[in-house]
Amino acid sequence: MGKYIDIFMNWAFGYQMPEWAILTFGTLANVLLVALPVLLAVAMIVYVDRKVWAAIHLRKGPNVVGPFGLMQSFADGLKVFLKETIIPAGANKFLFLLAPGLSLIFGLVGWAVIPFDEGVVVSDLNVGILYLFAVSSLAVYGIIIAGWASNSRYAFLGAMRSAAQMISYEVSIGFVLVSVLLCVGSLNLTDIVLAQKNVMFGFNGFFFTGLMPMFFIFFISALAETNRTPFDLPEAEEEIVAGFQIEYSSMSMALFYLGEYATIILMCGLMSILFFGGWLPIIDWEPLYMIPGFIWFFGKMFFFFFCFAWIKASVPRYRYDQLMRLGWKVFLPVSLIWVVLTSGYLVFFCKFAS
Amino acid sequence: MIIAICFYIFATILIGSAIMVVFSKNPVHSVLFLILAFFNAAGLFVLLGAEFVAMILVIVYVGAVAVMFLFVVMMLDINFTELRKGVQDYLPVGLLIGFILPVEMAVIAGGWSMTDGIASTITAATPPVNEVSNTAAIGSILYTDYIFLFQLAGLILLVAMIGAIVLTHRKRTGVKKQDIGKQVRRRRHEAFEAVDVKPGQGI
Repeated sequence: MGKYIDIFMNWAFGYQMPEWAILTFGTLANVLLVALPVLLAVAMIVYVDRKVWAAIHLRKGPNVVGPFGLMQSFADGLKVFLKETIIPAGANKFLFLLAPGLSLIFGLVGWAVIPFDEGVVVSDLNVGILYLFAVSSLAVYGIIIAGWASNSRYAFLGAMRSAAQMISYEVSIGFVLVSVLLCVGSLNLTDIVLAQKNVMFGFNGFFFTGLMPMFFIFFISALAETNRTPFDLPEAEEEIVAGFQIEYSSMSMALFYLGEYATIILMCGLMSILFFGGWLPIIDWEPLYMIPGFIWFFGKMFFFFFCFAWIKASVPRYRYDQLMRLGWKVFLPVSLIWVVLTSGYLVFFCKFAS
Repeated sequence: MIIAICFYIFATILIGSAIMVVFSKNPVHSVLFLILAFFNAAGLFVLLGAEFVAMILVIVYVGAVAVMFLFVVMMLDINFTELRKGVQDYLPVGLLIGFILPVEMAVIAGGWSMTDGIASTITAATPPVNEVSNTAAIGSILYTDYIFLFQLAGLILLVAMIGAIVLTHRKRTGVKKQDIGKQVRRRRHEAFEAVDVKPGQGI
């Protein structure tokens, strides 16, 4: 983006910007170019979410505000924005207000390394996947701090549940990432996508290889990592009212939702990058490459988000001990064994990318 | 110049938050400052070009270890006036440790610079950054030169883990436990029974 700003300034004002200004403003423009559409996408994806639930429940869903109810999220946003922010008397004021901001920021920073098309990425880190893993493990802080700063038993219980749940499922996510990395031999997300071209029988994507079970583990762990149903125990209404966000009102509550949905879309993007070949078409067939890459990428993300909404509408909540059992006794051993099998296969057939 | 500015920002926040870890009154705030310190240390590693170490620092320390710290500290029921009482008694011990640590570090640094042939070791350990990514460089050093030490570290951790489990695990009798297999195997006709209740009679 910096290059274009420089050209524009030269053309419009005849002003040659210094190097540091090009770098700074270029990076800022890149960040805004990704962050603002993500926030807009969150507003629209909430609408999609509600429409999918409604369709599964045989209801109509939001259909009043704007054409087909498309403006519903913005009306909701305006509503919460105009409400009063209540800070409980016993709360730790600074941390109480910091927590929703943190959860939104950690939902957004992960987008910095997501490649939307070949070369279309804010920062092409060569440890991109580790960065994403780090960011997703940080998301827990918004929730823990919220739970503690609220000075409420329910909020604290929700925060503790959330922390335990996220740490448990991060372990299996880590092993899934390791098995993908072994096949690629690089931590760069662009390399990961390019390695999936025509990976087996003309299909693009590791999903069509022996890594298929890892995709399902990753999908379910992503549900747990983002506190979505059936693993939304941190905000289980029947048990702990609304969990960590019980004391929040107005915009501070809306920020939690924005962060949560931004993380969910990020996870959908990660799934399409790791297992379905990101911006590549599903089948390695020349005419399909006529469709721009970002459309493939968004289409895949949208499909995974549909699956998230579908699960939310149809699956009941897990019990806490079942959740922990699934994470530690099922996913951890299975993913560990799969890492061993994958690396064994790669060593035996001399397929390690060095 | 931008790198220099970034360095001073990260370094200032790092030192400031490290000081606040010690001096803040609320232990939860201390842990949060510790997390901020980890974060800025990761930023410094990125500036050095060691992005792998930076990311591992964030994943392991911020993402897992500090969450556990925070967990424990939040659960503590602390009386702050009582906590403050012992400061005078602990001050000499704290000062002693604060004196020993820098002295030891000085000894290590001095020994490092005085050992013969250290220049060749320093240059041998770092392949050029733009040829080998530092993930691959760390991997090749760790798994070829130091493989036995690495395995040994893993083994020690495993033994510690088994020890912790052995020490804390006890079989309690008279406690109801869930048998997941049994729960999954349960079918509807075992749990429900359709009874045809006649009006006015009850079961």
